[in-house]
Amino acid sequence: MTTTLAIMKKELSVYFKSPMAYIVAGVFLALTGVFFIDSIDTTFAIAEVRGLLLRSAFFLLPLIPPLLTMRLLAEEQKLGTLELLLTAPVRDYEVVLGKFLASFIILSGTVLLTLFYVLILTIYSNPDLGPIFSGYLGFLLCGGATISIGLLASSLSGNQLVAAAVGFGVILLFNVIDQITTIVGGAVATVLQAVSLTGHFDSFARGVIDTGDIVYYLIVMAFFLFLTIRSLESRRWR
Amino acid sequence: MTSESMIEVDGLTKYYGDFPAVSGLTFSVRKGEILGFLGPNGAGKSTTMRVLTGYMPPSGGTARIAGYDIVSDSLKARQHIGYLPENVPLYTDMTVREYLGFMGKIRGMSNERIVSRINDVVEICHLEDYRDTLIGKLSKGFRQRTGIAQAVLHEPDVLIMDEPTIGIDPIQIVETRQLIKDLGGEHTLILSTHILPEVSMICERVVIIHEGEIVAEDTPENLGNRLEGTERLTLEVRGPTKEVTKAIRNVKGVQDVSFTNDDSGSGFYNIIGKRGDDMRVDLAKAVVDNGWGLLRMEAVTLSLEEIFLRLTTVEGS
Repeated sequence: MTTTLAIMKKELSVYFKSPMAYIVAGVFLALTGVFFIDSIDTTFAIAEVRGLLLRSAFFLLPLIPPLLTMRLLAEEQKLGTLELLLTAPVRDYEVVLGKFLASFIILSGTVLLTLFYVLILTIYSNPDLGPIFSGYLGFLLCGGATISIGLLASSLSGNQLVAAAVGFGVILLFNVIDQITTIVGGAVATVLQAVSLTGHFDSFARGVIDTGDIVYYLIVMAFFLFLTIRSLESRRWR
Repeated sequence: MTSESMIEVDGLTKYYGDFPAVSGLTFSVRKGEILGFLGPNGAGKSTTMRVLTGYMPPSGGTARIAGYDIVSDSLKARQHIGYLPENVPLYTDMTVREYLGFMGKIRGMSNERIVSRINDVVEICHLEDYRDTLIGKLSKGFRQRTGIAQAVLHEPDVLIMDEPTIGIDPIQIVETRQLIKDLGGEHTLILSTHILPEVSMICERVVIIHEGEIVAEDTPENLGNRLEGTERLTLEVRGPTKEVTKAIRNVKGVQDVSFTNDDSGSGFYNIIGKRGDDMRVDLAKAVVDNGWGLLRMEAVTLSLEEIFLRLTTVEGS
């Protein structure tokens, strides 16, 4: 546990020393700002962040998490520091968990900055806070899932660009996969609907917290973190 | 193998696919001993070290560090190892102090111990002025020292260093060697190198590894005697080849002469003689007395490749 925290702290400090944390937060805020203005700038606008969160999940989650995770394991491989890290009395899962937590904290912090929009809503209106809370909960769960995908991508190669591209591609695929359900139909459609990342997010944004959706995101996280650990191990057994 | 040996390696084998990088390595290192691991590039030195440090598991055989099996008790074994990998990988975006603190943390050291040990190792490795310098801004020699500092930070029983003097300037090489020598005694040390004199300077015992197998294991003195039982000279002489060769052959101590022609009219003679008999005076006399021109005389040191060639053939026959 202490090693996990040590690795997490180290990665957090690197985020703030490099421009990455600020770039990610800046891009995220700029784009969510556009989504927010667009969502309230209509006749009969509703005081809610649903549109904002749905669009962020669709457009920003494929983009931001891979940027955060691409460095984490790829750079260790490129510099060779992974050899020192893994020959310390540290378990592989502690390394993976520490890095996951660091990038998840940065993503969460960035997302929570958008509570500023909620503040504006409460000042000028009287929004229903329930769906806002569930929306943010769902968004963070979905974000954790995308971080775990990005981390696996980063473990696969020593090249950060490759890691980012693979992460981006896989998350985007998971995002859009339910869009062909009407074409394929049948059991395949049900499966595609079930594995879609944003598909499980809709109900959160509407204010419904479904245990099934929570379990889905936790399983996705656990699955990809497990694969990341195996990927690190495979380097040992190759 | 005695109970006081810190490192026990028995039949260690590592395959990369079908290729045996290391096969059937057996040796042990006593507590406080400095063992040199000598071999040309690709001999399997780094592979052996990576297996011993738990980075990669062996394909066969066993190894114990401080009594702990490197596979079944990997975490405990790793707690007793300080490791300096080849090329000294470091986090370039951290300062020396931050980096050492991080390495201490992931090795489970307490905060107080980390602080006091950082002070110790910074002093030992002469990094006092660079505590708060970004590692990325340090020269190669100081990075090397930072690498050594992290390896000894947790006072490990066993130190494993892969080519610790590669790529740094000559003055720093001398300093690093002295540093490593000072670390012996306190720690049990394995270091790999492909530089022969380095081994005789630092190590108490040498294992020579070639194509993944041990071809010799001895003290540097004994090894040196075996290797340097002969002396080699190159002579450049202007004179009739046949007569010169004959005259050289008659000099006391000369065992073999070979001739290589040169287009400038003089000839090069490669001479192998017994060590101890200094042939140089007699050779010069023989050449000058016959009225030939002695243009050059040079002692030839054996290259590592030749040493390996000899060792492998000697051991094989």
